[in-house]
Amino acid sequence: MPSYLFWLFATIMLIGACAVIAFRNPVSSALAMVTSFVGLAALFIGLSAFFVGIIQILVYSGAIMVLFLFIIMLLDLKDEKKRASNGAPLFAGLALVVVFFIQLIGVLGNKLPHQSAPELNHETLATAAARFPAEGKIAISLNDGRLPDVHLIGHTLFTEYNLPLQILGVLLLVATIGVVVLSKKSVGSDASVQSDASKS
Amino acid sequence: MPEILITLAIIIVKVVTFTFIVVLPLVPLSVYFERRFSAIIQDRVGPNRVGIPLTLFGAKKDFHLFGLIQPIADGLKLFLKEDFTPDHVRKAFYWLAPALTVVPALITVCVIPFGPDVTLFGYNEKLVIADIDVGPLFIFAISSLTVYGITLAGWASNSKFPFIGGVRSTAQMISYEICLGLSIIPVLLYYRDLNLSNIVNEQAKNGWLLLPFWTDGKLSLPSAEAALFLIPAIIAFLIFTISIFAETNRMPFDLPECETELVGGYHTEYSSMKFAMFFMGEYAAMVIGSALIITLFLGGWSVGFGLDNVIANFSIGEFKIGGFIHIGVFLAKLIAFILFFILVRWTVPRFRYDQLMKLGWVIFFEAALINVFLAALILAAPEFKTTIIASGSVLLLAVTAAVIWVAKVSEPPVKILRA
Repeated sequence: MPSYLFWLFATIMLIGACAVIAFRNPVSSALAMVTSFVGLAALFIGLSAFFVGIIQILVYSGAIMVLFLFIIMLLDLKDEKKRASNGAPLFAGLALVVVFFIQLIGVLGNKLPHQSAPELNHETLATAAARFPAEGKIAISLNDGRLPDVHLIGHTLFTEYNLPLQILGVLLLVATIGVVVLSKKSVGSDASVQSDASKS
Repeated sequence: MPEILITLAIIIVKVVTFTFIVVLPLVPLSVYFERRFSAIIQDRVGPNRVGIPLTLFGAKKDFHLFGLIQPIADGLKLFLKEDFTPDHVRKAFYWLAPALTVVPALITVCVIPFGPDVTLFGYNEKLVIADIDVGPLFIFAISSLTVYGITLAGWASNSKFPFIGGVRSTAQMISYEICLGLSIIPVLLYYRDLNLSNIVNEQAKNGWLLLPFWTDGKLSLPSAEAALFLIPAIIAFLIFTISIFAETNRMPFDLPECETELVGGYHTEYSSMKFAMFFMGEYAAMVIGSALIITLFLGGWSVGFGLDNVIANFSIGEFKIGGFIHIGVFLAKLIAFILFFILVRWTVPRFRYDQLMKLGWVIFFEAALINVFLAALILAAPEFKTTIIASGSVLLLAVTAAVIWVAKVSEPPVKILRA
């Protein structure tokens, strides 16, 4: 990615991030957060990680933030606008920022051996292609000089991290069922449920 | 440096041509089709007068052109109307919302393949703006941003009916996005690719997904795998098409703007060009949705029946212009699909909101999941032993039966009303 594009999207992202806390109106904050996410997705795409960038928009901007906005809109916003900021949360926030800043300095201060990532040219891709079966889609497009990022992510997930993936799937399923059970309980029009409630 | 300039010029020409010369005019054109076609369905005449006003220049009769100038007149009317901003709205969001509905729909044009490669003046170019490897995901991601426009329009209007429209639309679009995404997984499994150009190339060579009657450019009966795969493909096609109707807020599912309940829905407070932008956004989403359906299931730009190679090599002098014939074929399919959208709008009555949600969450969601399982089973069949495949099919049948049973049980008993 040309560096001016990096600076452009990084600036968009930072402005969005600052606007999240600067705005008084929660809806504006939510939209600023969306802007920040879109900038982040652009940075991912600039690093040739198309899949991650697109998923960033699809999941965070397209689904999660819409739900946030949905909830915010259903609330009464007038109280939030008037609330004066008091000392304790402000202090805690500042302390967190300072801690993270010190950590950042610590990480950056560590002198790593200067080593730049190999450039994504034909040669690097062709040598990487040798690690995959020659007939497969991954090797073919790597030899073609394209980075098949979707196929690579899929390959890695389903070969090296297959078990964690399955466990995550089960976890999500349990969470989904849990939500359904919790939200159904109070609505039950059964006589038994009602009598249970009256007993307790 | 000239190399870069030429590449840049090609990109700009492609963007301008495909977005502003091919897709954008389709929006007023489909409005015209909508009015004329609905008129035919309802045994009316429809707008058939607006044409070239030759009488102004002293001729005896106007040249009416079947009313094809009507959309331009409509657009002009909307431009010249008073742009009224009510006092009680939240100004910034009120102005932002219409733009947020149109822009994503037009951005998604960039991954739709309009044709195969063409060679002009020695440059071999693909007839797609951005040939990226995550085509369908890109379309879903960007078009999911359309929700913001509608939601914000409803909220910023700061009045009852628009707000209900916005909330309805948010819930509806989020729910149906899941069905959209899940329903095309079998298609992507079949092609083993996410690049829309490659998917269409494959279909041109080996038969469309819903019409696999040629292999390697020659007419033949489909292979056992392709024939069996027709079952998940048709299920995916049905779910995907109906979900596109819901996603674009088209008629059987146009709850966010249904006139009988919500005045005008989320755009009640909008007038003039801002209203026109919502209108354009809806139709542009419909055009892109149809383009995606055609690309994934019906062969995109390909003519089919093994004729594509003949057409692709069609050339005048040194210019291989077969690609432009393919663009024509693509547009013909697109217009046919738009007419289908219009036919459905004027024949199917509107759903109730709970029916809409039930269709999305109880029927389509489960059907799409089972469909993924079925498609994987069919595709994996040649690689595994018979016992594994047999146990897989038994499991699939059991899961299907369980899902149908749960759906039946969860349905509340119908109460019979007596007068």
